Amino acid sequence: MKEQLTHMTGQVTAGKMTRREFMGKAAALGVSAAMASTMFADAARAAGPKKGGDLKLGLQGGESTNSLDPATYASSVPYMNGRHFGDTLVEVAPDGTIEARLAESVEGSADAKVWTFKLRDGVEFHNGKTMTSEDVLKTMERHSNEDSKSGALGIMKGIESMKADGNNFQVTLTEPNADLPYLMADYHLIIQPDGGMDNPAAGIGTGPYKLEVDEPGVRHLFSKFENHWSDYGHFDSVENVVINDTTARTAALQSGQVQMANRIEPKVADLLSRAPTLTVQSTPGRGHYVFIMHCDTAPFDNNELRTALKYAINREEMVEKILRGYGSVGNDMPINAAYPLFDETIPQREFSIEKAAEHYKKSGHDGSPIILRTADGAFPGAVDAAALFQQTAAQAGIPLEIEREPNDGYWSEVWNVQPFCASYWGGRPVQDQMYATAYLSTADWNDTRFKVKEFDDMLFAARAELDSDKRKGIYSQMGMMLRDNGGLICPMFNDFVDAVSNQLDGWDTDPNGELMNGQVSRKMWFV
Amino acid sequence: MHPIIKLVFQRLALGLLLLFGASALIFGLTEALPGDAAQAVLGQSATPEALANLREEMGLNRPALTRYFEWLGGIVQGDLGQSLTNRLDIAESVGSRLGNTLFLAFWAAIVSVPLAIFLGLLAVRYRNRWPDKLISAVTLTTISIPEFLIGYVLVYFIAVKLGMFSPLAMINDSMSFGQKLNAIALPVIVLTMVVLAHMMRMTRAAILNVMQSAYVETAELKGLSNFKVIYRHAFPNAIAPIVNVVMLNLAYLVVGVVVVEVVFVYPGMGQYLVDHVTKRDVPVVLACGVIFAAIYIGLNMIADIVAILANPRLRHPK
Repeated sequence: MKEQLTHMTGQVTAGKMTRREFMGKAAALGVSAAMASTMFADAARAAGPKKGGDLKLGLQGGESTNSLDPATYASSVPYMNGRHFGDTLVEVAPDGTIEARLAESVEGSADAKVWTFKLRDGVEFHNGKTMTSEDVLKTMERHSNEDSKSGALGIMKGIESMKADGNNFQVTLTEPNADLPYLMADYHLIIQPDGGMDNPAAGIGTGPYKLEVDEPGVRHLFSKFENHWSDYGHFDSVENVVINDTTARTAALQSGQVQMANRIEPKVADLLSRAPTLTVQSTPGRGHYVFIMHCDTAPFDNNELRTALKYAINREEMVEKILRGYGSVGNDMPINAAYPLFDETIPQREFSIEKAAEHYKKSGHDGSPIILRTADGAFPGAVDAAALFQQTAAQAGIPLEIEREPNDGYWSEVWNVQPFCASYWGGRPVQDQMYATAYLSTADWNDTRFKVKEFDDMLFAARAELDSDKRKGIYSQMGMMLRDNGGLICPMFNDFVDAVSNQLDGWDTDPNGELMNGQVSRKMWFV
Repeated sequence: MHPIIKLVFQRLALGLLLLFGASALIFGLTEALPGDAAQAVLGQSATPEALANLREEMGLNRPALTRYFEWLGGIVQGDLGQSLTNRLDIAESVGSRLGNTLFLAFWAAIVSVPLAIFLGLLAVRYRNRWPDKLISAVTLTTISIPEFLIGYVLVYFIAVKLGMFSPLAMINDSMSFGQKLNAIALPVIVLTMVVLAHMMRMTRAAILNVMQSAYVETAELKGLSNFKVIYRHAFPNAIAPIVNVVMLNLAYLVVGVVVVEVVFVYPGMGQYLVDHVTKRDVPVVLACGVIFAAIYIGLNMIADIVAILANPRLRHPK
């Protein structure tokens, strides 16, 4: 029997036997259906990616105002568009290392100030032109020059100069930064012909799929680009279908109109996972839901009050009720185990009414209501989370008053403006980038107004430090400082919850972003 | 000049004036909303420099009045301009969206208007008997349930469970006519259920009103059948209010179906407008607003004119 099975799996691997035939014959041999199914999947996987098929993704996060210009990407659908048609110099691999893409190799100088990217030869754009180091230079200039409105402008700030030299692209920094390759993996930094200077929204890149139809807010269709440089990209076509309504997205998935959907609500994830035709993929990531206090605004300029509020939140309850278990508890710092160089020994802050009451008393707050602003759009379940917070705080005698704000305009009128509100962070590939984005004194997005010179100094010291043990030590101290003195209340880290049809294979858990960090169209295939 | 033609011209001129007023109002209100397009586009990732650069590029630094009159100048020449957010030509994007909206509204109207009027007539014929009560109960129930709920229920039972029709009404140019009709079947059913009661009840009430009059009694006395009395004598005299309510519902089918569009992911005008209001994309909001206003004004004008034509006393004023 064993020989027969080996022969059969061999047939599957060679693509000569379908699933139905395999299951039938395996059953005749007395193999259980579950066992046979696993054997088939293994054999099919061993066969490697199969080419062909039309992939349709049902995605939340698309508007009719979306543009194909990578500098403007701020939501899921544009992000996925970029993943289909474009390439960055390097990419962050699922294990947190740097993976070569358009750059064959990256080399840093000993002081981590000068970084040289050796570019791949013979890479072709969808318009037939061959990529040169000039294109790379122009792209980076467009994202960092004075006229830039790029979402990547913030991370390009530390660059002193850039140059294109034959097949090399070189970046010189004002300060050392051991993490520069991670910055260059940012999804906005898609290499475009002539840097996209003439027509940034043309949707022309070097990716595995080229643009066919662009209907913002409705659909974006891409077809296979035959001259793509890598082995990735197994589908004949890939279509992003914008389905912002959660129920409609789930229905489309169940009825097979799309094979993949992002942002499955934790509420329905359990129900959906019972469907035999699809798999719910939950990926622990670096994204987190937060309540943020401005450390420089009364009454939050008082660390006792901040600490009281941190103790007054029940993190376990939030993960259970708001995330329905699709996430993990936070520790009032923006870093978790998904980051490289994370210190596991930092103690977890526990929910404690007594300690909250004690710190609240010490703060000498006059008892006037503390206003917490929230909106549905702050993060999924933000209004409910605020209500839970209000209840546990009331037990400690802290009067929280919830002010519900409209979603419309929340990011311009409330977040980073009002002293206490709900918000979320998507996380960054490395600790340095997360801290530099939101906790450095001079950061534009320092939404907790945490301005501590000692903290800034440690951040710069860690950047220049190439010994990873020492870096880990510094990051650990910084995390502790933020946890005990910062304005961040971080109750939970949310998982990316996606659903994928069982017709597809090749899923690989990737903590860098939803839908395998957007790599589904490259790395998956139809079985 | 014939008084009717004169009236049409008067109404047209008044309509244009109204459109102008509506555009000014929409512009003023969009300006009054907090934030601007630059801020909305950049969202959480806005930095002061990026904001300044984007405002400059979008031309938002110029005074509001200048921008409004520039837009007005463009539209007089038939140029709707470019979207602020994605630089696409507005006329082109609105064109396809409007086409979709009208397509859906057309089929919903084709189904619902004759059905509503027929049911109304039927209800009058069997007044206060079980067919009348059944029709009223069913249509009043469907109008009372929020349309998104009807939508979800239909999607669940018809599309997901029974596998008939598609749960999404996404249509595009590469689809055949039959595929398009299949795709919009569910939203058409929902819209029909939503607008049916209003038109049906109005038809019933208007005809019942006429039924009280002496000439209907005469018609009955001379031995005409019940249905013929309604159809030949009562209906023509009840046309004015019926047309009015039909037009109102047609206008609703064009401009008020954003919820249905969201539930069925239909690429119509409603979702397009909402997206651009959220992004403070003033030129697009203005374009959509003016188109919606024009449809409303136009349909109401038709209702008025039909009411006048249907009434000999108004047709031949002294």
